[in-house]
Amino acid sequence: MAQPIIEFKNVAMQYGETEVLKSIDLEIEQGKFYTLLGSSGSGKTTILRLMAGFLTPTGGDILFNGERINDVPPERRRINTVFQNYALFPNMNVAENVSFGMALKGKSKTEMKAKVAEMLDLVKLSGYEDREISELSGGQQQRVAIARALANEPEVLLLDEPLSALDYKLRKTMQYELRAIQQRLGITFVFVTHDQEEALAMSDWIFVMNDGKILQNGTPVDIYDEPINHFVAEFIGESNIVPGVMRKDYLVSFAGKDFENVDGGMRPNEPVEVVLRPEDLDLVPIDEGKLVVTIDTESFRGDYYEITAHDDDNNHWQIQATNQAEIGKRYGMYFDPEDIHIMRLNESEAAFDARLEQYDEES
Amino acid sequence: MRKQNTNAFTVLYYAWIILFVILPVLLLLFESFKNINGQFTLGNYRSFFESGTYLRMTFNSVFFAIVVTLITLLISYPMAFIMSRLKHAQFWLLLVILPTWVNLLLKAYAFIGLFAKQGTVNDFLTFIGIGPQQLMFTNTAFITVAAYIEIPFMIMPIFNSLVEIDQSLINAARDLGATQAQTMRKVVIPLSMNGVRAGIQAVFIPTLSLFMITRLIGGNRVITLGTAIEEHFLVTQNWGMGATIGIVLIVAMVITMYLTRDRKQGGK
Repeated sequence: MAQPIIEFKNVAMQYGETEVLKSIDLEIEQGKFYTLLGSSGSGKTTILRLMAGFLTPTGGDILFNGERINDVPPERRRINTVFQNYALFPNMNVAENVSFGMALKGKSKTEMKAKVAEMLDLVKLSGYEDREISELSGGQQQRVAIARALANEPEVLLLDEPLSALDYKLRKTMQYELRAIQQRLGITFVFVTHDQEEALAMSDWIFVMNDGKILQNGTPVDIYDEPINHFVAEFIGESNIVPGVMRKDYLVSFAGKDFENVDGGMRPNEPVEVVLRPEDLDLVPIDEGKLVVTIDTESFRGDYYEITAHDDDNNHWQIQATNQAEIGKRYGMYFDPEDIHIMRLNESEAAFDARLEQYDEES
Repeated sequence: MRKQNTNAFTVLYYAWIILFVILPVLLLLFESFKNINGQFTLGNYRSFFESGTYLRMTFNSVFFAIVVTLITLLISYPMAFIMSRLKHAQFWLLLVILPTWVNLLLKAYAFIGLFAKQGTVNDFLTFIGIGPQQLMFTNTAFITVAAYIEIPFMIMPIFNSLVEIDQSLINAARDLGATQAQTMRKVVIPLSMNGVRAGIQAVFIPTLSLFMITRLIGGNRVITLGTAIEEHFLVTQNWGMGATIGIVLIVAMVITMYLTRDRKQGGK
């Protein structure tokens, strides 16, 4: 396997008594788009600051291309940051901001001018060289911040919730553009966000964080389809989580019935949590359904109806349906065996991965 | 109803401005064109610009004000910078502000106690074997005391401008490859220039017209424009000449304000 570009080994961070990060291990490979996903206070920004060099870990080692960089100051790391509030220098214009890093390195005027033009072109702001920062909109400032960080030719670009201040449409556009820029330049992006949609849309690899720990890491599809626990399932997308019992391999019981499923490797009759995504549930005539539910509420969301219902066991279900349903009426609810995802209680990520692999080989 | 209230307040405001700002300046201007016998003349201005004494005084005032402002700035900037990085910054700022609540004369008298022949400083100099020195009534003493009095007025605006600088700008500079010294030079100092300008205005202009200190500490050896105005109004009773110097002082202040104005950043 290729040498990881950034590696955290057992990294811990404490402020006085407060433990912000607890023994973080992670590997960042060259040329991929990584996302640190978590709510505020989960430690994701702390990881970014450790990578950038604004913080020194209180435990463990941070490696860059295999070399320990715990004590290397930020100006000597080939890592640049796009800050949450953009942090553009208000006393300089756009070109001066973008060439700030190059000017420090003593690059020639012509070289800087060419690079500034190239970078502004990359972020679609050609011709904005002489604008003052105060004349730019939030979205344009965002682009200048990206151009400024990239003009330094970093090996890794860190992005600290850069899209959170933009409106919905602009955010969507920037998501595509950031992804395109990353693929065009082929450098590593580490993106921090609390927005799970953003994370799923942009990333090659996601680290889900909570309370100073990485709960799960994997591709967007892995994390969405196979969340390791209740927290991840709730955090990534909408989900229905009901208590159940694993009767034996490939047979789970919940809502008072037994269902065929595709999970295995657990003790017989082990208590588990069952996850069903709202979009995997379909409303059908009662005799075709696997469960019978009564519709409670319905709201129109544009591309689908968000329906809540309860079954005869009084479990509540969220269903995303393309067709309207009648409130108070009883329907059948249908799902495939593959749609049932089983989470064991308190399973570690390593054990979870091992079990999934084992099950993959068997099936 | 509310509208009328606001109007009442604006009337009060205009009355204040007219009575206490515009009228006094006009009176001063009017007075400066009168000679000692109350006749209209340009003689006051002629004698001001023809007499070497007045020009020397003006030069003295400006020179001392520049020296005091520079010394104050050199002490205040690093101090404000360190204070802005401290944990209880507001507490330290309070300590700096506290002396400004004490009357100017009281502070001047305190310095007499320190600088006198048998004062604390000379006691110390004797103790370490240098022997007593003449401290009172020297230029150094005047500059020291003037700088001491003005330092809070320099620290406050600089401190405020430094505190307003977003920490992420400093992080961004470091992130882009600037060392601490480069960050200071390219980001922190340029962004705190507004505070520096305000501080210079707050120190330079009052120092131009300082007069009690020149007497108590400088022993009237340093004659500034402020001293001259006081002499003309209270001692020689030549109000016309005093008013003329006052007008010169006002012009000097306007020039200072103009030079240190907040220029539009960057731009062409």
